[in-house]
Amino acid sequence: MTPRDLPALTISELQPLLRRREVSPREVLEALHARIDEVDPRLGAYLSVNRDTSFAAADAADGTLPLGGIPIAIKDNINVAGESCTCASRILENYRAPYDATVITKLRRAGAVPFGKTNLDEFAMGSSTENSSAGPTRNPWDLTRVAGGSSGGSAAAVAADLAVGALGSDTGGSVRQPAALSGIVGLKPTYGLVSRFGVTAFASSLDQVGPLTKDVRDAALLLNAIAGADPQDSTSLPGPVPDFTEHLGRDIRGLRIGIVKEHALQGIDAQVKAALEQATNHFHSLGAELVEVSLPHTEYAVAVYYVLATAEASANLARFDGVRYGQRAANPQNLLDHYERTRAEGFGREVKRRIILGTYVLSSGYYDAYYLRAQQVRELIRRDFTRAFEQVDVLLSPTTPAPAWKIGDHEADPLQVYLADIFTVPANLTGICGISVPCGFAEENGTRLPIGLQLLANTRDEQRLLQVAHAYEQTTDWHRLRPPSLAAS
Amino acid sequence: MAEGELDVEYVAKLVRLRLTPEEAEVFQEQLAHVLQYVNKLSDVDVSGLEAAAHAVPMFNVFREDEARDCFTAGEALQNAPRQANGLFVVTKVVE
Repeated sequence: MTPRDLPALTISELQPLLRRREVSPREVLEALHARIDEVDPRLGAYLSVNRDTSFAAADAADGTLPLGGIPIAIKDNINVAGESCTCASRILENYRAPYDATVITKLRRAGAVPFGKTNLDEFAMGSSTENSSAGPTRNPWDLTRVAGGSSGGSAAAVAADLAVGALGSDTGGSVRQPAALSGIVGLKPTYGLVSRFGVTAFASSLDQVGPLTKDVRDAALLLNAIAGADPQDSTSLPGPVPDFTEHLGRDIRGLRIGIVKEHALQGIDAQVKAALEQATNHFHSLGAELVEVSLPHTEYAVAVYYVLATAEASANLARFDGVRYGQRAANPQNLLDHYERTRAEGFGREVKRRIILGTYVLSSGYYDAYYLRAQQVRELIRRDFTRAFEQVDVLLSPTTPAPAWKIGDHEADPLQVYLADIFTVPANLTGICGISVPCGFAEENGTRLPIGLQLLANTRDEQRLLQVAHAYEQTTDWHRLRPPSLAAS
Repeated sequence: MAEGELDVEYVAKLVRLRLTPEEAEVFQEQLAHVLQYVNKLSDVDVSGLEAAAHAVPMFNVFREDEARDCFTAGEALQNAPRQANGLFVVTKVVE
């Protein structure tokens, strides 16, 4: 093996090499840096890579720990002490994190080396990483298309072997959707399983940090490191955390997989539909029992999500006022001018749209019609899922209704982009866990575009979720296929 | 119903966002479109339903009231746009 091969390895392949000292953490980092230098100017996956601090951490890494010496890329809305944390927003352009998020503390405790901050939609608001003040991340399979979002930088970095694994955040699909569009694995854990402390808040009742990896086992390994109760996050779930790799390799004979009746109505791309049918048959051939279930309030999920997510965002983003941190407009005439210009200059268009919408649905006279009603319908959606999980162990659907779109295609029509979140937002609204796994490709003018399937399981049922995802993955080849060479010609 | 109600420029004032005329016009149209879609929620019978504020309801999570490490003044100020004498410098509030 040459150093050039290192970035393509999975965490579980790299681990024994580091433990036996056949390669050093520094060599792995150097190999990643070389690959980033070569490829990232055309991909735009990273916003910053601090070589000095990551080398220091790599040299100090303890190879006997579970993730000893493994570099992990971090979405740039997760605070890493001493590193910039821009959230891809002009307003935080020069912000340096004064502390580690709990997930970073936990990664370090497991021996991992936080390495590089990845691109995202500004404050994680978007599904394409086009809403980044630094410009879009491109899809490694087709550089004219989006990598998905909002954790598009993390997804593209892992898919193009610019990272062995990464962390993202998932508020309405922001880990699973870019994983699907980039051809990798993305896991959204149960709400509260992973601490949100130190993760810049977008919608606090929906946000959850999750891993983006090359295979299911790696997702389980990263979850092992980051999961667990945190006194710094009052919404974190109490109680012990199991070993998430424990059920990997168990067969899935007799497990009940739910197919959602209402999903047939959702306008799914023909090639995505075909890939999902093939995957459904594959699960059947593995001995799983397929059961049709109903989630009657499916069609309201996107509406509920965009009311609640924007309402929470409008409150969370009120802190960006140019007083204690972040950019401040030059020479303010008075306090109002200070606030209005600071926020006008600091925020991008999608963030402004969402702050306005969120404020509106919370405002006197409209609160009952929008915010309260959305919370009530959220309860109905939760009941739908409770009933479904009485009948089945996991639910199967596509992750997205269509493969990656062309950069710039949906700029003028935000609603079109919102509607594509139909399969992912219910997991955030209900707090359950979900994973996206590669399940095929769409062909568009001779270019192959990845397709992902999504599995959902009940709250705290990650072991079973990972077991089913792993059973599928290990009997198919999709996750082993890599994008065409991205080396500069 | 949505188009008549949402006044983007008024709401922008409430949230301290100065929009350009172009932004105000485009957002007005785009958000009216989004609200029109969101209005499908009015079809749902929600009578007698509790509002779900959180996916996994938890209440009254307390911690012990003990001293612990926190930021020094210097650390708290390190990202301040303007500071002096260990304090945040803010825009003049009282004329």
